[in-house]
Amino acid sequence: MKSVAFSYAPAHEIGDAQAALGHDGIKLVSGGQSLGPMLNLRLVRPSGLVDVSGVEALRQVVETDGAVRYGAAITHAEIEDGLVPDATGHWLRYAASRIAYRAVRNRGTLGGSLAHADPAADWVIVMTTLYATALVHRPGVGEVRIPMEDFVTGAFRTALGPQDVLAAIEVPRPGKTASWGYWKYTHQEGEFAKASAAVFVDSDTTRCRIAVGALGRQPVLLREPDSVISGAVSPSQALGDALPDMSAADLRLHAIALAKALEQRS
Amino acid sequence: MDNKPERMDRTSGMGMGIGSSLQRKEDDRFLHGKGRYVADMRLPGMLEMAFLRSPLAHAKIRSTAKPANTEGTVFLAGDLEGVSGIRAVSGLPGFRPSTQPILAFDKVRHVGEPIAVCLAETRAMAEDLVDRVDVTFDALPAVHDMTRARDADAALLHEDWDENVFLESAVDINFEAAIADADVVVSRSLQTARQCMAPIEGRGVLAVWDRNLEILTLHSATQMPHIVRTGLADCLGMDHGKIRVIAPDVGGGFGYKGILLAEEVCAAFLAMKFDRPIRWVEDRREHLTAGANCREHQYEITGYANADGELLAVDCSAIVDSGAYSSYPFSACLEAAQVASILPGPYIMRGYRCKTWSVATNKPPILPFRGVARTGVCFAMEVLLDAIARELKLSPKAIRQKNLVQPQQMPFTNITNKFFDSGDYPEALRRAAAAIDIDGIRDQQKAQTGRTRIGVGLSIFCEQGAHGTSVYHGWGIPMVPGFEQATARLTPDGGLELRVGVHSHGQGLETTLAQIANTEIGIDTDKIKLVHGDTAYTPYSTGTWGSRCIVMAGGAVGNACASLGERIRKIAGHLLQADPDTIVLEGGMARAGNSMVSVEEVARTWYLKPQLLPDDVDPRGLDVVEGYKTVKDTGTFSYACHAVKVEVDLDLGHVRLLDYVIVEDAGVMINPMIVDGQVYGGAVQGIGTALFEEMPFDSSGQPMASTLADYHLPLASDIPKIRIEHMETPSPLSRFGQKGIGESGAIGPPAAIANAVNDALSELGAEVHAVPITPERVRAAIYAAEGRASSTAGAVS
Repeated sequence: MKSVAFSYAPAHEIGDAQAALGHDGIKLVSGGQSLGPMLNLRLVRPSGLVDVSGVEALRQVVETDGAVRYGAAITHAEIEDGLVPDATGHWLRYAASRIAYRAVRNRGTLGGSLAHADPAADWVIVMTTLYATALVHRPGVGEVRIPMEDFVTGAFRTALGPQDVLAAIEVPRPGKTASWGYWKYTHQEGEFAKASAAVFVDSDTTRCRIAVGALGRQPVLLREPDSVISGAVSPSQALGDALPDMSAADLRLHAIALAKALEQRS
Repeated sequence: MDNKPERMDRTSGMGMGIGSSLQRKEDDRFLHGKGRYVADMRLPGMLEMAFLRSPLAHAKIRSTAKPANTEGTVFLAGDLEGVSGIRAVSGLPGFRPSTQPILAFDKVRHVGEPIAVCLAETRAMAEDLVDRVDVTFDALPAVHDMTRARDADAALLHEDWDENVFLESAVDINFEAAIADADVVVSRSLQTARQCMAPIEGRGVLAVWDRNLEILTLHSATQMPHIVRTGLADCLGMDHGKIRVIAPDVGGGFGYKGILLAEEVCAAFLAMKFDRPIRWVEDRREHLTAGANCREHQYEITGYANADGELLAVDCSAIVDSGAYSSYPFSACLEAAQVASILPGPYIMRGYRCKTWSVATNKPPILPFRGVARTGVCFAMEVLLDAIARELKLSPKAIRQKNLVQPQQMPFTNITNKFFDSGDYPEALRRAAAAIDIDGIRDQQKAQTGRTRIGVGLSIFCEQGAHGTSVYHGWGIPMVPGFEQATARLTPDGGLELRVGVHSHGQGLETTLAQIANTEIGIDTDKIKLVHGDTAYTPYSTGTWGSRCIVMAGGAVGNACASLGERIRKIAGHLLQADPDTIVLEGGMARAGNSMVSVEEVARTWYLKPQLLPDDVDPRGLDVVEGYKTVKDTGTFSYACHAVKVEVDLDLGHVRLLDYVIVEDAGVMINPMIVDGQVYGGAVQGIGTALFEEMPFDSSGQPMASTLADYHLPLASDIPKIRIEHMETPSPLSRFGQKGIGESGAIGPPAAIANAVNDALSELGAEVHAVPITPERVRAAIYAAEGRASSTAGAVS
């Protein structure tokens, strides 16, 4: 299938994109790795696309003492290849290297992936577990900070308002003793995860999170991650409590993902 | 280990003839992107077609309405004046014929069935028109489950039928008597999933009306241009002489391109109506949701055996989901006919009973995919054998050794009257078991801890290929293959043109047929040109399918070149003043003792210097059509043993292939490297059947895998290094001892992999019974076994 006819315009400033979103039927496109197939299948029929992948402000990476701020149009490959600094040492590079295929990573962007909010996407669970913050440009307000766990509100749903633009993602630098585990199951290379889990423990900041992903909704953060990490509560028990409606078979698979993420923590 | 075939040179002295691993002549074109496919063709004034396809699996069409002001661009069934639907009527008694409309008019019978066709300058604009055509439906219940298609309350697909069955068949050979003494009876319920064939290039059609010649030329990505011409002539009510079908470069067939398409008929009709080139290029979504499917079988199979492992009899009820229509030319019943006759395979048994039903469901029609029913029956038979072996505590190797046909029995006629021409099946089994190192794997299995288990599995099977008239007539197929012809023409510069009615789309025939010609008359393969895929240039042929080309077209090329050689020798004899019978053709020369003349000089003499020829010249010239007929038309039987080592993750249900061995007997190999390529490619498709590929339908008949994100093809990262060993037992039936080999690789993997997975799971008492063996299916089998174990434990305590 071929897409419906639509107009195309590159944005130069974030303001261009916000102004365009004021018109009916306009969508933003960045790497196009999810939107492209949806266009061709005519699942989306925009009147026009505004391409934000070249907006200079969205291409910047800003390092501060406590965090790294990644412009939303940074590609997965740029993170994978270490062309931008990794706030976590090497965890982001590893996570990026596991996204889909290299061809997708070459064009797909961090911000595009988060704004699309596929429940099984890597960045959605990784950034939530790492206490990342979405920096959103909202007309008339300016920059709004939204913690990642509040940014993704459901399957393919975010806190972005009609003329909001996701400008950057801020990832706090973990402490020296922090540890991290991320594991996902795919049947074949490059697929979206069938089950995923991430574990983050940072005693310097007393931050600790366990997230479970690929649930058909936003990632679930376990309420008492410390007890799972200490071994007092087993992965399947913790997941049973967190997801009481999940079938026993699905629960087992996600509990395995969590156990593997815990095993991988280093 | 290095599997590179040795370079063999039996005949020509130039390393180009039969047995040489010559690089493919077509590689330069294919590997450098120089091929030309339908999607590469653009003609002035060309319009693109897009189809409005049914969104429902089963429904009455209540109304149709074309958008306003679209005269001459939107067409419904009523606009196709004089066009008939597609019929493929089996010759077997009891067959219920279907008529597949070119465009549906009263009802739709599967999702994706064409209802309207739209024309525009571009495909996107044609799709915009499709969006504006208005059709309303009254939905009917969909027949989505082949095991329920015969239920009394199932909706009827074809209202003039009394049940949703194209054909049922029954065979009973000495069954009751054979099972009387059986020590064990083992039954299994087994399934193979519905698949899409997924060639890299989908279908494509470009129809052009030639005003000068008054000929319709149809360029089509097809495996059988002559059969498409015949089918098209029937549907359009035209003389064959007014239709020319050209299959240009075709990007893989596998059976998917062995069908007459409604889309071809539409393109032809509209090209003539408007005198403009009309093109349609199938996209992947159409392929997955509207194109023909394959493979979906259900088996209830029971084996009867003695305690020592001797197989006494097999009893089977098999259902084939044939979809909504009987497709042209293979019909809805080829698959089930093969099930009934090929199931016993290379095993000796005293009794056999098999019932089959080719049922109609609200799904696209089926086509014979590489391996056809052999993949399913090999899966059923080999999984059953392993189940019997486990019951009797025999090894998988031992039970096969016990029951396989022995080499001293060759040629052998099996219980279903299949004529096995030659081969040593136990030797293939022995070599495969040794190469995969079954004994070593058994030792490794004893030391296993943790949550993964390894397993080893075998499958052994025969591939009947190039079977002819009596076999296909017996199976009731409306297109019965006969004999094969080829043209051999010496060009004035001493080159050779070969013309065949089959089509080469990955088989390497441009090379192998040239090698055969080289063996016959010694012309350099670089100077041999194969003309194929064009009804205007080539002798009639049923086309490329059924592992028939290297035997049938190869035989025809051999005969044509032999006749041409006689004529060359006659002229050369005159030029050399030697007895033609003493002349040897090799290296482009005609030699008589120490004197020689080039074949080029012979050709120049014939075409341009006839004054040098004698009075008793043979005026028929250097342009020969000859035919070929096998010694018997029962087919060549290549065979193989597949052995695979797997690792199963007991938590995830994930199956990893650790090692894969194929011991294969293709008879005399015309080009060992091409044989390897065929076997590798087939094996990867078989691995797809075994582990990944499935087109599920929901209860309303909707196809659930509409993109390649959901329809899982095997990836490079899923495939282990496949090791091939060759045996080379000549066939007594073919001209050079060669056997058809094109489908073999795709037959063995589901059986071998299922057996390996079940071997790995055997300590848990778990078994998988359906392919693809997805993680979900493996986990379900493990959970079910755990459930049985805990309920047993509960009963004991």
